Amino acid sequence: MMNYFKMAYRNLGRHRRRTFLSTLALAMGTALLMFIAAFFQGEMRSSMETTLRLNTGHLQVKNANYDPDKLSVAWEYLIENPEQVAAQIEALGQVQSATPRLLASGIVSASDESVGVQIMGIVPDSSANDPYRDGLVSGDFLTADDREGIVIGYPLAESLGLNVGDQLNLLVNTSEGNVDEQKFTVRGIFSTGTTSYDKGVVFLPLAKAQSFSGATNHASMIFILLKDREQADVVAAAIQGEGYKVETWRELNELLVLVNDFSNAYLTIINLIILGVTATVIVNTLLMSVFERTREIGILSAIGMKGRQIIALFLAEATLLALSGITFGSLIGWALSAYFSKVGVYFGDLGMSKDMLLNDRIYTELTLDSAINLIVTAFIITIIASLYPARMASRMEPVEALHGAQ
Amino acid sequence: MEVAKLTDVTRVYKIGELETRALNGVSITINDGEFTSLVGPSGSGKTTLLQLIGCLDQPTSGKVIINGKETTNLNRNQRADLRKEAIGFVFQFFALIPTLTAYENVEMPLLLNGKSPAERKQRVMELLAAVDVANRAHHRPDQLSGGQQQRIAVARALATNPKLILADEPTANLDTENGKQVMDLMQKLNKETGVTFVFATHDPRVISYANRVVTLQDGLITNDSKA
Repeated sequence: MMNYFKMAYRNLGRHRRRTFLSTLALAMGTALLMFIAAFFQGEMRSSMETTLRLNTGHLQVKNANYDPDKLSVAWEYLIENPEQVAAQIEALGQVQSATPRLLASGIVSASDESVGVQIMGIVPDSSANDPYRDGLVSGDFLTADDREGIVIGYPLAESLGLNVGDQLNLLVNTSEGNVDEQKFTVRGIFSTGTTSYDKGVVFLPLAKAQSFSGATNHASMIFILLKDREQADVVAAAIQGEGYKVETWRELNELLVLVNDFSNAYLTIINLIILGVTATVIVNTLLMSVFERTREIGILSAIGMKGRQIIALFLAEATLLALSGITFGSLIGWALSAYFSKVGVYFGDLGMSKDMLLNDRIYTELTLDSAINLIVTAFIITIIASLYPARMASRMEPVEALHGAQ
Repeated sequence: MEVAKLTDVTRVYKIGELETRALNGVSITINDGEFTSLVGPSGSGKTTLLQLIGCLDQPTSGKVIINGKETTNLNRNQRADLRKEAIGFVFQFFALIPTLTAYENVEMPLLLNGKSPAERKQRVMELLAAVDVANRAHHRPDQLSGGQQQRIAVARALATNPKLILADEPTANLDTENGKQVMDLMQKLNKETGVTFVFATHDPRVISYANRVVTLQDGLITNDSKA
């Protein structure tokens, strides 16, 4: 065994530059794959977390008739006594927070410009609103009894030229199907790091939103965050009730769950393409080496080396190439992923829909699982690819091999 | 005792439509301890005969018996085993593995035969001393002269104590002095150990060492004389 590797090592040393370049190709392939995997993983996790945290939560309880596309605040679509319902749900052990939210459609205007927004009435104290509270870039968050205050997102403030303390005009579609209008003072400006979300939503205290839109004592949903999102089905089963519908994050994010599942298949295809290319480089290197060493193969065969021993000799070379290339590549890939997991890759507003929110900055995330998976796959593919030149060498007839080089 | 016995052996090479009859019904017996020279012009079939005796190639028809074993029906691996155990080769070009040292080249057949490290070391040093290159044991072929390389090839051929050593034009790439040294060495080994040598050659000085000269022409044995 050791002798194969000793011979393999020396054979690789014959053409140092070629060996170096093959190793480099494998290293680059591995590093690239590792980075892509870390990027995808970071992207998918960020997308899932951002969407759940900002948009859908883990569970939503709504009126059975509620239509999310209409944003109607007509009473027949809403939940009555929402704070009481939320309090009951929050009493469940698996629930981190449950808070009523009232969604209405509206138009913000300041100076000459106006923008369509979603008006969200929230209970300011709820921890479910931490992403907005913690994301304040200026001013303060709402208080429950504030009757004239509003909190808006940074991209909206910027596009309308608004600062904390400025006034804006807000138009709302009321529960009677009319339009009402009122001036509000900007109390705070927040940024969640997701421009596509921040530019389209404004916050009012729930009580004010209810009175403003005519949906007194009603809410569009109870927004629920769980301690563990995998418990969603269990909790959903526990809070079924007459006239309500309970939706889990999987149901609310069908597209995202689908994209997430697809991303793995997509990643596998990218892996196979890149590994296919690098394996070709390795095969090419070994093939050249087989052709150059035809006579040596003949000699070894003449002195009694068997086919499988010749295969072993070439596989030993492939193993050494693979080990050095993949090790080197893994280190580079790991270093890149570690760096960008701290710094992130800035993409800005990708203009994604609300169904799939993405942070403006994507942080790579390399899990040990996917790293090991990749290393093992790269190694196996390299070795399998090397079987071709190795078998070719082993099948040479000794006479022809000896003649081949005379 | 018969080391090799070929009966009515024919070897036809086909290249496309063209058939070349390299050997045409040759029968020959090589006995234990002989020092046989195969002579004849280029294309007379010397090398083909040597390759058939060495189980590097198989006849188109006829029987080849090596060490009492019929080889015609052996598969690749069985032929490799037979070569490993019973036959040593010395080629015209200095057929050493360039990445291995003199020591390792001689050690290779012993490794393939599964000898222990201690046995290998003893045998390799003994052989390198016998061919007078012990002081070059840890040099690679490119650091050795042609004569030294060919002597190491002889040592390698002897490593497993084969019954038979086949040499194809062993002195063709050597100068007179080195050629003489290699032939002296082979003759000495033949006399001391009784190992059988068969070599193909053009070189009259080489032929003079032989105690049996087999002449080939157009794939046939035209003369077989013992000294």
